[in-house]
This record gives sequence, C-alpha cells and structure tokens, in this order.
Amino acid sequence: MNIIPLFIAIPLGVAFVLALMGKAKEIACDLVANGATFCLTVLSLVLLALIKDNQVLVYIMGKWLPPKGINLVLDGLSILMLIVVNTIAFFATLYSVSYMKRFTAKHRFYSLFMLMLAGMNGVVLTGDFFNLFVFLEIASIASYALVAFGVEAEELEASFKYMVMGSVASILILFSVGLLYGLTGSLNMADIGSIIQGKKNLLLSFSLVLFLAGFGLKAAIIPFHAWLPDAHPSAPAPISAMLSGVLIKALGVYTITRVFFNVFGMTLQLSWTLMILGVISMIGGGLLAIRQSDFKRLLAYSSISQIGYIMIGLGCGNYWGLLGALFHLFNHASFKALLFLNSGAVEYSTGTRKLKEMGGLSKVMPVTGTTSTIGSLSISGIPPFNGFWSKLFIIIGLVQAGHFVLTVLTILVSVLTLAYYLRVQRYAFFGTLKEKWAQIKEVPTPMCISMIVLAIICIGTGILFYPLMKAVFEPAVTVLQEGTKYSALILGG
Amino acid sequence: MVFFLSFVIFLIGLYCVITKKNLLKIVMGIVIMEYAVNFFLVLLGYRKAGVAPIVVEGARKANFVDPLPQAMVLTAIVISIATLAFIVAMCIRIYEKYHTFDVTEIRRLKG
Repeated sequence: MNIIPLFIAIPLGVAFVLALMGKAKEIACDLVANGATFCLTVLSLVLLALIKDNQVLVYIMGKWLPPKGINLVLDGLSILMLIVVNTIAFFATLYSVSYMKRFTAKHRFYSLFMLMLAGMNGVVLTGDFFNLFVFLEIASIASYALVAFGVEAEELEASFKYMVMGSVASILILFSVGLLYGLTGSLNMADIGSIIQGKKNLLLSFSLVLFLAGFGLKAAIIPFHAWLPDAHPSAPAPISAMLSGVLIKALGVYTITRVFFNVFGMTLQLSWTLMILGVISMIGGGLLAIRQSDFKRLLAYSSISQIGYIMIGLGCGNYWGLLGALFHLFNHASFKALLFLNSGAVEYSTGTRKLKEMGGLSKVMPVTGTTSTIGSLSISGIPPFNGFWSKLFIIIGLVQAGHFVLTVLTILVSVLTLAYYLRVQRYAFFGTLKEKWAQIKEVPTPMCISMIVLAIICIGTGILFYPLMKAVFEPAVTVLQEGTKYSALILGG
Repeated sequence: MVFFLSFVIFLIGLYCVITKKNLLKIVMGIVIMEYAVNFFLVLLGYRKAGVAPIVVEGARKANFVDPLPQAMVLTAIVISIATLAFIVAMCIRIYEKYHTFDVTEIRRLKG
C-alpha cells in the first residue's frame, strides 16, 4: 500500500470527525487529535527508511497520468518537511491538551488545527501548481481562523490584518499559476519545468516576480512581514508555535525553494535577490526584536530574523549554504516552537506577556525556565546546541562563495540574537522573584512533556548532527542541487 | 487586449486594498482582485468561435474551448467564497468590539 496520500487523508478525515464531536467528552477529542498527529509523526519517520539513494516516489491521483493529472511527489526535501511539520504538530497538540482548557469549543480548535496540518502536508507533497494553490488556501484559511480563536479585540484585529495580506498573497499566486498555464498549457510542476527550460520571456519573469511576492508574503520576509508580529503573538501558544515553527516554512520557504530551484532553475539574479531579501530580514528582524517588551512579540520578530538566515543560505546556493539553510529550517522549527510553548506556559501561569512584569520565574517554574534557557542558547548559536551548527554551515557556505560582507553581517546578527535572548532570560526567568508570583505553580504535565522533549531535540540534534545530516539533510540538499533535473526524474520515472 | 483589461481590474482591486480606510471597502478590493484573476483564467481557455468540449460523432476537428481553466475557476470561486464569508464574519466581530469600520481607529497592536 502506498502511504503518501495518508499524509493528506488522515488529517482531513480527522478534522471532519472532530468537527462532529461537539457533544463528546473533552478527553475523547484530545485522544483522537493526539493519536492522529502521533500516527503522522511515526509515518513521516517511516518514510526515511522507505526511500534510498535519492529515489523519487510519485503517487498518481485517480489514475490520470502526470502531465495531465495531479501527482504527489515524495523526494528528500518533501520528507524533511514532512518530518518537521508532523513532529511539531504532535508536540503542539500534546501541549494543547492542558493549554486549551481555558477556551471553549476545543473540538473546533482541533478540527481547524487538523485542516491546517492537511493543507501543509499537501503543499509539501503536491507536484501540481493548482493543487499547490488549493492546499495553500486550506492551510491559510484555517490559520486565519486559529489566530482569531480567542475572539478578543486584539486577536480579531491581528487576524484581519493577516487575512488581508494572506488573501492578496494567494491571489498573486493564483495569477501567476494562471499566467504559467497560459504560457505552457500545463499545470504539472515537472512538465512546466521541462517546457520553460532555457527559455527567456518577459511574461515568465513576471510570473516569477508574482511568485516571489506571493510566497514572500507567506514566508514574512521583510518587505512583506507586516502581518507576522501581530498574528503570531495573538494566536494561542500552540498555534503560535505552529505558525512560527512550521507554517511560514511550509507555505513560504519550502514553496520558494521548490518553485525557484526545481521549476524555474536558479540564476545569478535570483540568488542575489534571495540573499538581499535574507539580509534585510535578518538585520531588520533582529533590530526590531531587541526593543520589544512583549515576550511573544519578541519571538515573532526573531522568527523574521531567522527566516532571513534560511534565505541567505538558500541564496548562497553551494553545498554548505543549502545544507545550513535546511538544517537551520529544522532547528528553527524545534527551538522556536519550544520558545513559543515556553511563552505560553508563562502566560498560562502568570497571565501576562510583558517581560518587565515577570522576574525570577525559574524558581517557581523550573521546567519552563530550564527549557527556555536551552531554547535561547540554541537560537543564539552557542556551540553544543543545534543552532550553532546550522549557523556555522551557512557561514562556511558564504565564505566559500566569497561573500565576506555577508559573513560578517551574519555573525553580527548572531550576536544580536544572543543579546535579545539574554534580555528575555534576565527579565523573565533570572533575578529575584516578585512578590505576586510567589504562589504560582509549574504548568500541567502534558505541557511540561512537550517542552522537555523539544528541548531534548535541540540538544540531541546538536550533538548527533552528523548522522542526522547524512540521513535527512543530504538527500534534501541533493534535490536542490540537481535543480531542474527534477522534471526529468518525475516524468521519466 | 482583453488580458490587459483583466490586469487593469486587478490593479484597481489592489489600489482599493492599499488606500481605502473602511474595512468593508478593503474586503471589496480583495473580491475585485479575485474576480480579475478569475476573469483572466476564463480568458485563457477562450477560443474564438469555439464550442463546448464534448466529443460527439463527427465533431473531431471542432474548435474546442479549453475546459481546464473553467474547472480551475470553479475551484477558485469556491475558495474565494469561503474566504469572503469568513472575512465578513470577522468584520462584524471587529465592529462589535471597536464600534467602527475605520482601520485608522483599529490600532491596538503596536511595536
């Protein structure tokens, strides 16, 4: 049996079941949702054993052969993304068991969550442009609703802003898909890739620009970032973790890499565009983060900055740059999800997100305090943790490509990252405990477990980076390095 | 030439989204953009004096219109309806909280 379609079928089916479970006990909803995400995590790890020697698996939907019908494509890059998406989703659902008790209608929350997951898995797997648009919209609409889940004034405002910018992005993408169809008469990525190979055309460049703007809006690279610092803090904490950890990568970074590397093919101009956008996001996000007083808002700006790192690595384009970018994508998902869950735990216990009102929380919340220190050290790139290796690889890539100014900037921003995370640690977790927080307790066990496991992932991937690199990241890098051979691989086999 | 028209409509929608201050006008701008893109997609499949793509006896060489963009437009319309319903519901909720549709007054988030 082919397990590729299960990644879309399971969350879609579970979303439907959960939506009907309004009368069921809360614990039943918890079990169904957690069971589904756990299955998906296991399945995504099974895929690793399934594919050897940079093979590509193609699943043909409804027996319509590839250039005409829709196909799902599984290669190294898709597997990497599936593992990231489903693992973080599992920890987010586990965390929600206790965290979402404050909100009503938990089954609706899980239902929307599963829809978002189905959309993201679909985006990662699909090999068809229009199908990509449809899955993108499923994931986006579910995420608009989840951002506004608390229906307070600020959440609604953030969601509206996100929705307007997200809709514009989707329309730009649809326009571009239409344009490509008009030019090539095909919607299949591989087919389009082989048709436009080596052609130069003003309209092709125009569709490329539309894609860059559309996916850039989804990825929140800096000229397109305005929605992110509002939307991510306003969402409930597990959703912030999903949005920042996974959604901007699956809908933004992954789609950019797939379309630019495998369909259009990288050119010098494109790689410079990516690098310049990356540098602007990296520096801008960092500078904006340093003056934030709201915990989650700081994390949101930091996401923009880290996405900048990934873009620089991708734009750099050589082996180490790409490896660093993909490794950083994985790492960012783990530690940013961890930090957002930490911020949620703090908010759960104290009811505030203002850094200056906190203080000495490590004493009363040891698990949250320790895991957030690990997360902060990882994201700042301190040696034994995973963030160090990915930043090192990106820097090696930049040096090899001869971009010395960018290298210096990358190192400087890394120091800046350390600065604002130390600020978080000092205000929130270290120092003297304030009188009014003396009575608070550590958060419930499920929340603790998901934070601890994510922290272990941060340390574990830092120490065991070499075997992981060989098993997971190298196949993904090969996919990107082969570039437009993608179409031959899929249409041929 | 007609393609150019759809692009103009698209730009009108974009202008509306960017410059208008009323929430509902922004929503209308989004809808105009969506319609422009749908219009564009339908135009892609248009053939002059084309007929519906149904294969019947003796119609082998008929000038068929391209059915694929029509299917795409149907899907896109369904998606845009979902977005529209959701976004309008959101506008109503925002009005309940802020008692205004003016975006310049809906600014509690800063930083």
